[in-house]
Amino acid sequence: MITVDLNGVDIRELNQRLHDLNGDDGRSPWRIVGPDGRHSIAVGLNAPLSVVVEGHVGYYCAGMNKLADITVNGHAGPGLAENMMSGTVRVTGNASQGAGASAHGGLLVIEGDASSRCGISLKGGNVVVGGSVGHMSAFMAQAGRLVVCGDAGVGLGDSIYEAELYVAGSVAGLGADCVEKDVTDDHRSRLAELLRQAAIDADAGAFRRYGSARTLYNFHVDHAGAY
Amino acid sequence: MAETPEAPVLRESATFPPETIAEIQRAASEGLYEIRGWGAKRRVPTFDDLLLLGASLSRYPLEGYRERCDTNVTLGTRFAKQPIELKIPVTIAGMSFGSLSANAKEALGLAATEMGTSTTTGDGGMTDEERVASKTLVYQVLPSRYGLNPDDLRRADAIEIVVGQGAKPGGGGMLLGLKVSDRVADMRTLPPGIDQRSASRHPDWTGPDDLTIKIRELREITDWQKPIYVKMAATRVQYDVQLAVKAGADVIVLDGMQGGTGATQDTFIEHVGIPTLPAVRVAADTLQELGMHRKVQLIVSGGVRSGADVAKALALGADAVSIGVAALVALNCNRPLYLEDYAALGTAPGYCHHCQTGRCPVGVTTQDPELEARLEPKAAARRVRNYLSTMVLEAQTLARACGKSHMLNLEPEDLVALTPEAAAMARVPLAGTNWIPGLGASD
Repeated sequence: MITVDLNGVDIRELNQRLHDLNGDDGRSPWRIVGPDGRHSIAVGLNAPLSVVVEGHVGYYCAGMNKLADITVNGHAGPGLAENMMSGTVRVTGNASQGAGASAHGGLLVIEGDASSRCGISLKGGNVVVGGSVGHMSAFMAQAGRLVVCGDAGVGLGDSIYEAELYVAGSVAGLGADCVEKDVTDDHRSRLAELLRQAAIDADAGAFRRYGSARTLYNFHVDHAGAY
Repeated sequence: MAETPEAPVLRESATFPPETIAEIQRAASEGLYEIRGWGAKRRVPTFDDLLLLGASLSRYPLEGYRERCDTNVTLGTRFAKQPIELKIPVTIAGMSFGSLSANAKEALGLAATEMGTSTTTGDGGMTDEERVASKTLVYQVLPSRYGLNPDDLRRADAIEIVVGQGAKPGGGGMLLGLKVSDRVADMRTLPPGIDQRSASRHPDWTGPDDLTIKIRELREITDWQKPIYVKMAATRVQYDVQLAVKAGADVIVLDGMQGGTGATQDTFIEHVGIPTLPAVRVAADTLQELGMHRKVQLIVSGGVRSGADVAKALALGADAVSIGVAALVALNCNRPLYLEDYAALGTAPGYCHHCQTGRCPVGVTTQDPELEARLEPKAAARRVRNYLSTMVLEAQTLARACGKSHMLNLEPEDLVALTPEAAAMARVPLAGTNWIPGLGASD
């Protein structure tokens, strides 16, 4: 176990030490203490490291993550795991806006609630939220899955492409071109597997599925009012 | 003998000229705004409205063919560990693979590499072809984040955060379905054939304070190696430049309203933003006021076509210029070849702005393999290289005539304006007077 106290080590030094392991097999787990809401903690990792942050983090924690497993024992600021490519990021508390923004791959787990625009512009990553999400979540989401065990705010899935959305609670309102869809056994089975991976205790049978009606994929005058 | 009937006198309306009538009737028929490529076609004050004051008795010229006039420029000296060294102050602007064919991107990269300058990716990410072809490649981070990944971020030579584009300040990118081929769709994680409309705001930051933190994140990911540019459309230039400097930009890229696009609403292209001419002066003055001129480098784009434009932009305070449409023209855009294909688009060489259709007759803005094959990358690269070389020779000629041993030594004092409007915008005197509208008479 390598422990780094951010009260004595600055973010630049921390990230450089983690980047120096890029391409490595990362045998030793890392423990980061004293984050105190600092920004850009453990960004741009590119090795199968295990990193645990003890406390709250600011903007962009785990940004562009590849391969690493990063756990934040606390809350996270905006842009958590933005554009992540692979690996796993877990936050035991809540996450601010734009969590998992444009994530191309990997698994983001938020055990608490997520604010607005969770999973915005999602491009293939999976985001599982134990609580609720704010407005405009999964805006323009292209691929991947957003799973919400609680409720979703207004504008869910606005202008969505091919991402899949699952919500167990209520949806305050769907965005443009987002509709409820059938849940097949296959959907339910894959959802159950994702919940298992995320270690979130929820019944896959309780979720409703939402996705694109695909009516706005091409310009048509009769759809002008939808925007 | 009967009188010959006189030909009727036709009187065109200034308010409803034929093109306006045609557009109203097109809108009435189709119910949708016009989407097109290229840049603004309306007349706005430009660098053509300025003249350089060559040397005479009060200034010494340099010998045109004997004395050096250097053209190199260094970008990203503020924070980046590895600033970019360019041999010429003319770069190739961001244009996506998708909007352009792979052959066009490759040709631009080859030409830029030969000339010692940079090219730029676009909405949709980086292709291996352009990385290989471009010795110096600037990687755009756009609101859409299509294809964005940390590996390409690290293999880029600089990063350009795109806030806006001169052709559509406040608007997102657009790529109509005919150009969303399987490869383009795959790079952008989109269904093939859809009319792709990108977001106009970044998904994970809003406003200048967030941008400060975003820039630091990108620096952290790339270990502070890469220069970070901030590209903005020219609108509220003074405030935007102040905020970009405060946010930590190494380089500001400012795109005037004449800047081109692959596809955008015509109303956007023609009616939003300010021309490049006033934008460059306001930006340079703002950097001066902040004590950051030449510390944060300024690249201007939007309607730059010639060495004269380059010299004038640099005289007004830019460190470099960027070209987009002009480079495409050098590739063959609007060249009178394949006339029947222009006609099929309802246009003609010299007038074509139909990049959005994907049916580019000369293979520049297309994803159709048959059309793309009309652009042979090496021959096309040679044309772009020739054009860039000519621009630089022209600019050097003008700078030497003004007595400058380096292009960056050109200054506003070397300029006068032909019109009161240009004088006011460029803040240089009207030719033959000492009058700068808005500033009063100079000494």
